[in-house]
Amino acid sequence: MPDTVTVRVNGRAVTVPAGATVAVAILAAGAISRFSVTGHPRAPFCGMGTCFECRSEINGQPHRRGCQILCEPGMNIQSDG
Amino acid sequence: MDSSTHSHFDVVVVGAGPAGIAAAVTASDCGATVGLIDDNPTAGGQIWRGEAHKTERSAATPWFERLVRSSVKKIHGARAFYVDDGMLAAEIADGTRTIAYRELILATGARELFLPFPGWTLPNVFGAGGLQALMKSGLPVAGKRILIAGTGPLLLAVAAYARKCGADVLGICEQTTMRKMMRFAAGAAAIPSKVADTIRLAWALRGIPHWTNSWPLAALGNERVERVRIVRDGEGHEIKCDYLACGFHLIPNVELARLAGCQIEDGFVEVDAWQQTSVPRIYCVGEPTSIGGVEMAVVEGRIAGCAAAGHREKARPLLRAREKYARFARELKDAFALRHELKAIAEPDTLLCRCEDVPLERARAFGSWRAAKLQTRCGMGPCQGRVCGSAAEFLFGWGTDSVRPPVFPVECASLASITSMGSSTGSSTGELI
Amino acid sequence: MSIQTEVAIVGAGIVGAACAFELAKARVPVAVIDRGFVGGGATAAGMGHIVVMDDSTAQFALTRYSQTLWDELESEAPATVEFDRCGTIWVAADEEEMAAVRRKSAYYNERGVRTEILDANALREAEPNLRDGLAGGLFVPGDSVLYAPCAAEFLLREARKRGAEIYLGQPGVAIGQGTVSVADGTTFVAKYVVNATGHDAPRLTPGINVKSRKGHLVITDRYPRMIRHQLVELGYLKSAHSIKTDSVAFNVQPRKTGQVLIGSSRQYDVAGTDVDAQILSAMLARAFRYIPSLASASSIRTWAGFRAATPDKLPLIGPWTEDPSVILAAGHEGLGITTSLATGRLVTDQILGRTPAISIEPYLPSRQMSGAHA
Repeated sequence: MPDTVTVRVNGRAVTVPAGATVAVAILAAGAISRFSVTGHPRAPFCGMGTCFECRSEINGQPHRRGCQILCEPGMNIQSDG
Repeated sequence: MDSSTHSHFDVVVVGAGPAGIAAAVTASDCGATVGLIDDNPTAGGQIWRGEAHKTERSAATPWFERLVRSSVKKIHGARAFYVDDGMLAAEIADGTRTIAYRELILATGARELFLPFPGWTLPNVFGAGGLQALMKSGLPVAGKRILIAGTGPLLLAVAAYARKCGADVLGICEQTTMRKMMRFAAGAAAIPSKVADTIRLAWALRGIPHWTNSWPLAALGNERVERVRIVRDGEGHEIKCDYLACGFHLIPNVELARLAGCQIEDGFVEVDAWQQTSVPRIYCVGEPTSIGGVEMAVVEGRIAGCAAAGHREKARPLLRAREKYARFARELKDAFALRHELKAIAEPDTLLCRCEDVPLERARAFGSWRAAKLQTRCGMGPCQGRVCGSAAEFLFGWGTDSVRPPVFPVECASLASITSMGSSTGSSTGELI
Repeated sequence: MSIQTEVAIVGAGIVGAACAFELAKARVPVAVIDRGFVGGGATAAGMGHIVVMDDSTAQFALTRYSQTLWDELESEAPATVEFDRCGTIWVAADEEEMAAVRRKSAYYNERGVRTEILDANALREAEPNLRDGLAGGLFVPGDSVLYAPCAAEFLLREARKRGAEIYLGQPGVAIGQGTVSVADGTTFVAKYVVNATGHDAPRLTPGINVKSRKGHLVITDRYPRMIRHQLVELGYLKSAHSIKTDSVAFNVQPRKTGQVLIGSSRQYDVAGTDVDAQILSAMLARAFRYIPSLASASSIRTWAGFRAATPDKLPLIGPWTEDPSVILAAGHEGLGITTSLATGRLVTDQILGRTPAISIEPYLPSRQMSGAHA
């Protein structure tokens, strides 16, 4: 099994350790996950699926909690920025 | 997309952390058919996150080995969102699973308490357990300057792990007093299994500044946190950092228990000696019954596993062990009680609700959680008050609102599928157009 | 302790708030009393839809009048009220319902309410997420939506500015003969007592025919532009008419946040605001039949509440026959938000002896006693 996984975060290729979650990929890419309802940048926060800050669009599906989803090769992650 | 699968077990365990794993394995060993469901991709919950795949042995290892060897049906990536009368509904990647149980064991764990302070919503401010979870999920922290703050033994564990991963841990700001901290350490030393842990931890943390009477005042930075202002023994300090990991101990996840109608006392699920709740056939183990640490969670899981499988007599020897850990739980609570100064670190325009961007002062003006929620939308976002509501409880002494399905956001289709479950609550349905 | 006032209003929901608003505007000393907080009952539980209805002449008159009052208030309402004139589209699934569309359109047009008949193509253009195969609909551009709890709060704030006193957290024990007695022993002494307690009204005014009608709602996460108007199936009218059976109907609302509010359901003789899985499921299934993409939308929360229903579907507005010092302002069923302002105006007219802009006859509580119908 390979040690790393490569996904796309906002169009850019990002390589993370195998078993890493989408939230990790977003952070590793230096991206934010979303803009808050009044326009402030937010990134993963609680790491365990309760705060909902890590939401992004994964393979076309919006509002997915990245901290509980494993990165898969070729996954397309679109966050707010 | 609307695929629904049904299954049934003698015992269903919700949550694959230490308590849930112990309960599932024990019940299975007693002869029951067991389903263990968890919303994460792998088992372990928070404190045993990633333990299943580690090479070095730990307290978790034998349990994972037993889990693998057992006939427990492990259902990962399944988010339980509804329970009613012998049926549990969980959302999975491509639909819903309805799972029938004879006995249900809730092992839903705890989450961190987050208190608002200026800048707490900046990127790279994490929960303490939050950073831990992310590191264990692969977040690279080598070379990052990390400040850890809040309260509780978790801060130490996070600091040790971060350091192990190559981070530059700048310090730990613990809000409790030095005296309470020492008293707690002495109490922990009375538990044999904890002594070794404590020594290991102390060694792992050598050289990392540990300050008591210390808490964050503000996280500052442009697009992300760049420095943190803290107070230490009454004096202000500013510390440059890359990450701030801040959490104020744990609060129990009792939503599913509340939805199921379990009696809640003081925020925790009430259980009897066999870990049975006020609702027949429903048990609760681990942090939702009291914040007591991993050993207590495992003991409770074992007790409930025996009881749910119809073998209470096997659990008898465990009752005394639980009492020992219950003492530890009480000491934990005393040692890390939150000081009142923490109610004043937020400023009026500091956000209370992160989902709906509601400032503290706007919410506070309404005098009760429900009124504040309706008028300002705080708590109406996806987290349904798990962050802001818990903070408001501490800050203002407000109670919480009732729990309605879904316990977690799920697709409308999943919500619609809960009718094909067991007995229905409520009235006869007449003509449904 | 005794508190003197001119009018004591029991109930700080949208109707009580509207009464306080109008009375205070007319410089009448008012005390508003509520067992909880502002807008905590049906006001919080329902859809804030402001809609003209053509069920009956009296219902049209009341909804139309009240809608114009809301339109007048629009510019003063703060952003929290989320007033949005998005309009309603009554959706027709088949030719039979299109015939109803045409009748409805004629009815409204004759009375000066602007409408636009949409054929299947126009409907699709107006609402791309509605499923294919629908016959068309009726667009009523003058209808609006708002966020009711904040609207109630706004009305009370305005009333307070003009001297109204608000007493929250006061369970009302009894009313009558010009007094309101609350649990802590305080007595409010007034010339009139307005009963604006919604489905609870019979508890304070025994004998009135107001029944509880439970409704469920679901709110989704943010999906801006999934729908643009309040969408209601014409079958809704069948549901609202049914007085004996449980029913669901397609009725969805776009909120300013981009969230979608999904309704609606009606049940009689059910106590408790527990969410009923069967009804919820039926309601959602119905919604999916109109908007298939709703099935994969993330639902955040569900809840239930109670409308106050009367046999002739008109509210009770006016003095109670047994004790004319009690003015009823309850029984608005699913039109409480819409008709709250008109209710407030009519109650004020009654109390001050002013000539109302519309006839109050159809809503007088006396009709329940004498058996007279609207």
